[in-house]
Amino acid sequence: MEPTSHAFKDNVRKALNDDQLQRALGNVKTGFIDKRAKARAALPEFDQLRDQARDIKDHSLAHLDLYLEEYERKVTYSGGHVHWAATAAEAREIILDLCTRAGAKTVTKGKSMVAEEIALNDHLEAQGIEVVETDLGEYLIQIRGETPSHIIAPAVHLNKEQIEQDFRKTHTDLPEDRSLDRPEQLVNEARTVLRDKFIAADVGITGANLLIAETGSSVIVTNEGNGDLTQILPRVHIVIATIEKIVPTREDAMTILRVLARSATGQEFTTYTTFSTGPKRPDDPDGPEEYHVVILDNGRSEMLGTEFREVLRCIRCGACMNHCPVYHAIGGHAYGWVYPGPIGAVLTPSLIGVEKAGHLPNASTFCGRCEAVCPMRIPLPKLMRKLREREFEKAASPWQQRAGIKIWAFFAKRPRLYRRSTNILIAILARFGRRRGTFRYLPFAGGWTKYRELPAPQGRTFHQLWREQRNERVHK
Amino acid sequence: MQSEQTQPRDEQRKPRVGLFVTCLVDLFRPSVGFAAIKLLEQAGCEVHVPEAQTCCGQPAYNSGDRTNAQSIAKQVIAAFETYDYVVAPSGSCAGMLRKHFPALLDNDRDWSERAVRLAGKVHELISFLVDVRGITKVDARYYGTVTYHDSCSGLRELGIKNQPRDLLASVDGLKLKEMPNAEICCGFGGTFSVKYPDISDAMVEKKTDSIEETKADLLLAGDLGCLMNMAGKIKRQGTPVAVRHIAEVLADMADDPAIGDGSTIGRQ
Ligand code: SF4
Repeated sequence: MEPTSHAFKDNVRKALNDDQLQRALGNVKTGFIDKRAKARAALPEFDQLRDQARDIKDHSLAHLDLYLEEYERKVTYSGGHVHWAATAAEAREIILDLCTRAGAKTVTKGKSMVAEEIALNDHLEAQGIEVVETDLGEYLIQIRGETPSHIIAPAVHLNKEQIEQDFRKTHTDLPEDRSLDRPEQLVNEARTVLRDKFIAADVGITGANLLIAETGSSVIVTNEGNGDLTQILPRVHIVIATIEKIVPTREDAMTILRVLARSATGQEFTTYTTFSTGPKRPDDPDGPEEYHVVILDNGRSEMLGTEFREVLRCIRCGACMNHCPVYHAIGGHAYGWVYPGPIGAVLTPSLIGVEKAGHLPNASTFCGRCEAVCPMRIPLPKLMRKLREREFEKAASPWQQRAGIKIWAFFAKRPRLYRRSTNILIAILARFGRRRGTFRYLPFAGGWTKYRELPAPQGRTFHQLWREQRNERVHK
Repeated sequence: MQSEQTQPRDEQRKPRVGLFVTCLVDLFRPSVGFAAIKLLEQAGCEVHVPEAQTCCGQPAYNSGDRTNAQSIAKQVIAAFETYDYVVAPSGSCAGMLRKHFPALLDNDRDWSERAVRLAGKVHELISFLVDVRGITKVDARYYGTVTYHDSCSGLRELGIKNQPRDLLASVDGLKLKEMPNAEICCGFGGTFSVKYPDISDAMVEKKTDSIEETKADLLLAGDLGCLMNMAGKIKRQGTPVAVRHIAEVLADMADDPAIGDGSTIGRQ
């Protein structure tokens, strides 16, 4: 997908004027937050687990090459194949090639943010392969031709009426007079449609929440069970994952899984947690005949040696966006690429550049709620600030803003001059604003006064008044 | 260490507090500075106001201008490092001095230690009164219902949550009615409020809805930036809620016109 992060301000305006979206965002604000809070309260050692989870990922990232090699060895040993992709284009080619060789006409897919990142569906479809998303949320946005607006709830921006309309438009072979009023009717219909696809599929593609070096396993967590059917039924199973998904042991994976579901949906564990290790063995009741893992870098290894390494701890739980007041206001699409919310504000510019996505790390009040809930303790505000610094250094931020800051800093660094100038400025402002108490409009403050009054200063500055008082105190 | 040398020899010596006024209080609402001085003196402190202070540097720091932020940080350190404590009537500025100065100067051989030493002495006003000075009640009265907004930096960087509520509970006649989502950002965010006014407005509108729900007649918080944002919105909406810094009420100095009230109105 072509990023539209540069058009962030337009995206924001659209989102704020979209009543339906605004209603849908209300659900994010309550549901996820309450559930996480309850799950956290029920597990006294939750915050300790977060520390452990962070340490596990830090350790893995420090020895990434080692664990990835070990992982490859184990996958090969169990009869699978590992493919390395440096770029999105390489990953797409590898997967297309695997699908072509399998003679695939239909491909089923489990939910994968990495597949979104490399725009896999478009690529396969352009070659005449039918791609079917089997996660309900992903299926909904697929039939609408949209991108996910949330990393764990991709269709959170939609309401029931929209879904019903889309189903009637898409599932034209079903009776027109069927009832689709109730949510379970919609789910059932999706299930029926998808069942045929599961059976018809030649290749199943899933993402991976974790890769385990010790065993060569990939792990997915789902609540619908669609992931299992995607990876078991077709003849070929392809896992698409990025390098930072690796952890050393099963034990480590369990620690991370314990914070993942709680942070994401407030569940202790998701309904399904599925480990897959290689293709079907002779005695296995089911499983694919071929097992491939495509491991993508796409700019991540460059982040390893920098302060942005911490972002690579992310387990894509979505807690940061669930708790983000900016996300609550504008939803996920406004961020303009695959990853929304605070994690998107850091990851997107790191991957596609501050020139294209400089707005995202700027559009934050640094309220700190994301960092407070992130299970992997990623200092998201700090990293957004680092990106602002990078933007400032490259002079990629608007020149008016940079000039404004420099002029202000010139005065702020010279207390005497600052005092003399602010005394005058404040006296003028107070003179004009004191009666009414606020300004309805002020030149150079249009951003503020567009929606708010600007409270007028009381009259004179503190330092002026203090100097007089102190003189009085001394003379008394 | 220098700070230990300046510790009181005899128990009687009052702690010397350097008041970091903050730029917004200096320019827009000096009465908050005087309220802070009154509270600190009541708490047995000797208050000083160094001349060489302007701002904590956040506008530069949060705009990515690290160089200017560093210069301003050094200026603050030089002006304040001789005091026993540094106190600011703002969680955001206190957080800047306490949490961010050391990070900002950690590669600077001459300054990193000084930054760390200063950071250890910095406190936000209300938490200083309660946690450091052990104040449990104030001599003040306010006959009405107030609601309190938790400003983000104070809450999440400095752990300020109960201290203001504990002191408010001791104000004669005051009734505290909590608003829903008191911990959610008001949408100020410094330059954010002018760079992204649309988002900022959506955020402050939710905040003012929560405030209105309480039917309180007075909104309090510990940060003038947030207060000016919320007051600005409240005034534009025409909601009958007055807005003040918490120090004004705790110091029993809530008789100036409230934030955004004109000089001809607001005095009851
Ligand atoms: S940054 Fe943290 S909270 Fe956000 S998705 Fe990643 S792990 Fe979850």
